[in-house]
Amino acid sequence: MAMQFYASPEQIMRDRSELARKGVARGRSAVIVSYSGGVLFVAENLSSALHKVSEIYDRIGFAAVGRYNEFENLRRAGVRMADLNGLSYDRRDVTGRALANAFAQTLGAIFTEQSKPFEVEISVAQVGATAEEDELYRITYDGSVNDEPGRMAMGGQAEAITSVLKSDHRADMSLSEAVRLSVRALSSVGGEGGASRTIAANQLEVAVLDRARVGRTFRRITGAALTALLEGDAAGDAAPTGGRAKTPTVPTEQAHKPTTSAGSADLEGQQPSE
Amino acid sequence: MAAGFDPSGRLPDVFTNAGTSSFTTFLSRVAPEMLPGRRPLPPGMAADLAPHATTIVAISAAGGVVMAGDRRATMGNLIAQRDIEKVHPADAYSLVGIAGTAGIGLELMRLFQVELEHYEKIEGAMLSLDGKANRLASMIRGNLGAAMQGLAVVPLFAGFDLAAKDPARAGRIFSFDVTGGPYEETGFDAIGSGSLFAKSALKKRFRTGLSIDDAARLAVEALYDAADDDTATGGPDLTRRIYPVVMTATAEGTHRLTDAETATIAEAVVAGRMENPGG
Repeated sequence: MAMQFYASPEQIMRDRSELARKGVARGRSAVIVSYSGGVLFVAENLSSALHKVSEIYDRIGFAAVGRYNEFENLRRAGVRMADLNGLSYDRRDVTGRALANAFAQTLGAIFTEQSKPFEVEISVAQVGATAEEDELYRITYDGSVNDEPGRMAMGGQAEAITSVLKSDHRADMSLSEAVRLSVRALSSVGGEGGASRTIAANQLEVAVLDRARVGRTFRRITGAALTALLEGDAAGDAAPTGGRAKTPTVPTEQAHKPTTSAGSADLEGQQPSE
Repeated sequence: MAAGFDPSGRLPDVFTNAGTSSFTTFLSRVAPEMLPGRRPLPPGMAADLAPHATTIVAISAAGGVVMAGDRRATMGNLIAQRDIEKVHPADAYSLVGIAGTAGIGLELMRLFQVELEHYEKIEGAMLSLDGKANRLASMIRGNLGAAMQGLAVVPLFAGFDLAAKDPARAGRIFSFDVTGGPYEETGFDAIGSGSLFAKSALKKRFRTGLSIDDAARLAVEALYDAADDDTATGGPDLTRRIYPVVMTATAEGTHRLTDAETATIAEAVVAGRMENPGG
């Protein structure tokens, strides 16, 4: 039998973290913010068919950055879990917290057990009756969960993007204001010599969880509606329309916030990007 | 619920694999007991055990389709429920009505709704109208064993076909039998115990290119005729203000007429019959 070199668990975990962090940093970023009418997702995405942002359930959305095949795998699992629970119990009994827990467990197990961790950072957002009741969870490659205060950025230069969001984000923003802030935050990094750059409308993937709707609240905003929002046209502020089944669903009773998992923050000697 | 959870706490492979976009296929792996057709039934006829839902009619109109159902569920010679709802949206552009064993029918209908929504979320695109009808047919076929013991469920499916070239023909209706289907119907169709009378009424009154409003009125007329001759079908209940459920599927999506709207239609139908009981 070949001689095995000893590698300490710390070293193994550090190597995996580094691999995952590099993988996530290579991708383009995504921003999620609460606004007066719901929760807004804005992701930089060159493809209009391969989505980074998608619907999980009535009031729950999903956004991810990193390797497509890996987060797509998690997204499918989330949709299946949500639909299974919604059918077994009731549509109101599917919560963002339960999904965030399942994703955290799954990512945590993959991180410790498999030779290659998932190079992804994902988030689960649930729209509440008011902006204060929105729930935003960030789940990183190692399974740590963070409960974010109404705004978050994921991906390569999340810290710089978050700092723009932090200074200018308010929960009572209109949709148009929130879209423009998100795009400004996303474009504040990555230009020549760290300067800001411009991102065209066709490179953005924008979706909302619309607070006012009953039933399925997830809507994508594309084409002319998106251009109008980016130009600050007040007319574009009206909720995006689209023929949808009007199955009534009552907003869920506010659930407790989850505790922040210690996860790997101590392994890396720093807090996850804030 | 889902058996075989990994001790590590991660979701089992069946949740994450790319195998299928169908919710029923997924369910058959993780929780087969939740599929109506997968439950072992003791031998013997069970037809009289559970309430039965009765008449549903569907009419295609210019720019869409209208589906209406009476509100009665019966158990033998008794009325089990006066205000049961048997017509539901299947998704944003299609409607499903249930006749037969009420409990299994409603369960199947919920499962069908999740099936369509699940596909849409996983794939990022809606199934075609024919795809939806085929999917429903295979779900009905799965219930064949129970159907042979008297617990049959037969749905009526109708929807607005977003891929239709001619908008006048976008409203399409599919019927089924206990062995599956689907069978596409032209113009109109009815299912349930009162369907014979409803279809006879529709045969004389149906014209192609009806407006949605006229089709809604016609549907309520047909249900009145069914209730007239079939004891298991309930007519408009003016004293309790229980009126048929009328839904439409058009380019704008599905819509359920409000109680006030159906009350107006039902009262007009009843007033007409005061003068001419045969309609």
